Amino acid sequence: MTSTTIVAQYVRRTTLAQRHPKVLMGSLGALAVVLSFYSLSVGATEVSMGDVFNALVGDTTDQAARIVLDFQLPRVLLCWLVGIALAVSGGVMQGVIRNPLAAPDVIGVTKGAGFAGMLLLLAIPGLPVFAVVPAAFAGGLGAAALVYLFAYRRGATPVRIALVGIAVSAAFEAGIRFLLVRNPLDVSAALIWLTGSLFGRSMSSVLEILPWVLVLVPLIVIWSRKLDVLGLGDDLAAGLGEPVEKTRRMLLLFAVALAASAVAVSGTIGFIGLIAPHMARRVFGGRHLASIPAAGLFGVLLMLFADMLGRGLAPPLEIPTGLVTAVIGGPYFLYLLVKTGK
Amino acid sequence: MRLQAQGVQLAYDRTVIAKDLTLTIPDGKVSVLIGPNGSGKSTALRALARLLPPSRGSVILDGKSIQETPTKEVARLLAILPQVLVTPESISVEDLVWFGRHPHRASLKVPSEQDRETVEWAMKVTSTAELRHQHVDQLSGGQRQRVWIALCLAQGTDLILLDEPTTYLDVAYQLEVLDLLAELNRDQGKTVAMVLHDFNMAAEYADHVFVMKSGGLVTEGAPEEVFTCDIIRDVFGVESQVVPHPVSGKPMCIPLRAGLRTQLAVANG
Repeated sequence: MTSTTIVAQYVRRTTLAQRHPKVLMGSLGALAVVLSFYSLSVGATEVSMGDVFNALVGDTTDQAARIVLDFQLPRVLLCWLVGIALAVSGGVMQGVIRNPLAAPDVIGVTKGAGFAGMLLLLAIPGLPVFAVVPAAFAGGLGAAALVYLFAYRRGATPVRIALVGIAVSAAFEAGIRFLLVRNPLDVSAALIWLTGSLFGRSMSSVLEILPWVLVLVPLIVIWSRKLDVLGLGDDLAAGLGEPVEKTRRMLLLFAVALAASAVAVSGTIGFIGLIAPHMARRVFGGRHLASIPAAGLFGVLLMLFADMLGRGLAPPLEIPTGLVTAVIGGPYFLYLLVKTGK
Repeated sequence: MRLQAQGVQLAYDRTVIAKDLTLTIPDGKVSVLIGPNGSGKSTALRALARLLPPSRGSVILDGKSIQETPTKEVARLLAILPQVLVTPESISVEDLVWFGRHPHRASLKVPSEQDRETVEWAMKVTSTAELRHQHVDQLSGGQRQRVWIALCLAQGTDLILLDEPTTYLDVAYQLEVLDLLAELNRDQGKTVAMVLHDFNMAAEYADHVFVMKSGGLVTEGAPEEVFTCDIIRDVFGVESQVVPHPVSGKPMCIPLRAGLRTQLAVANG
């Protein structure tokens, strides 16, 4: 091979983002901020950008400001937090399981958390939603364990985990439907919670998910080199002094906790955890120090986009965010499945 | 001697691979574990590297049981290159070699001057420094294996264990890799222990050979002592002639096909 072809290949294979990661990361962040401001102004009631700004800097008395602060702001903040939680969760799972198809919804965590949360809401009516978090966490963890149990046969291949995950998800989905049919009179609260919508969420929802994101995401970023090392294969990772099983379990636990906290506040919003980390890797390469924060930003962008689309397509009707992400994510998932199966 | 297995029993799940294996890796030498498929040579190497806990007996590193030594501490004393290597997608040579510093770096610590120097040194002695910005998946088999060895060297250990470092490589690349390991042993004083499956390569490069068969050690010693027609027949089940290498004088084993075996039997009466 001559040196010219090597150089040519090298240039072709290094993305712009890998050479200037900070610039592109900054641009993504700026885009998310701009989109957030725009999102604050659109909704059932039109609010001008000027009013949005006034409301944010402290003029909280007038009508427009109340709309922005009480309805729009929690919603946009939730887009950020849920987007980050789901995307980072997916990024960790894909890294730990070394499987581009892994994601909280693919390996059953989302539906498991949804089922457990709903069970609790129906069992104890009038329960505040923050109590759902531990139930969602337990459900998510249980579902993940089930998938691993069924998929594990001398190691678990990517496609097998995905297929078993779909089956387990479907089973939990059936469970959710069953609960809905059995308890038609009590379901309204549960249903609103479950559909994966950000409609009618208040600041208390924001405060429920905030600590999880604030603690776990930085922890995962700090551990990003451990994720990279796990990607070298179990034997080499252990040879490099990483307690493989322990680290893997901790990271998966973080990922499930993030996904479950997202489900607890926003219901089952699918595909963000699958697509965002994948986009991040395509753009920023496979090193987790860059790809995990990038996945978070892509998650935010996708959430903001899906949420605005859901509100803007047929106002004043709202299409649940979870539905929009499913419409975008379904085909993307199929594309990934075909690509990975080859 | 720094690294030894003392009466270890090795098993995957319930399948016992080795019953009672005792071997000592000679310091400052190149040693080779050899044997037919399923003889337990890779298993033994994995146990020596703390990747497989023995169900009985123990592996001793620097006078301490390796299982009771934290994995991070072991990684600062001994490097292991497994047989199956996963190359992360689109990673540069330099970034991959940096992984060798993992056992020396805490999660938030910025790389120290010593980290940097060791990585540079590791790339220099493996002649991979000029490839530093290239992607690992673009390299030739020999170059890639040199990069992996550089990663092990960056760990800064005196002991280097390698599981079939030449498998799947063309013969030119096999020589490239083994020459490098011989050089590291000679010039840098590294203790090298590896699994090989080619006895001629083993004879050429090893100071000390462990011959294994069905989980046990058949014999050990210098290539001249262990590579005899009888041992090769016993261990590998092939008839062969062992002749001295025309240049190096090391034993060379030439297997015999069926026709030649009869011919030989007739000639020997």
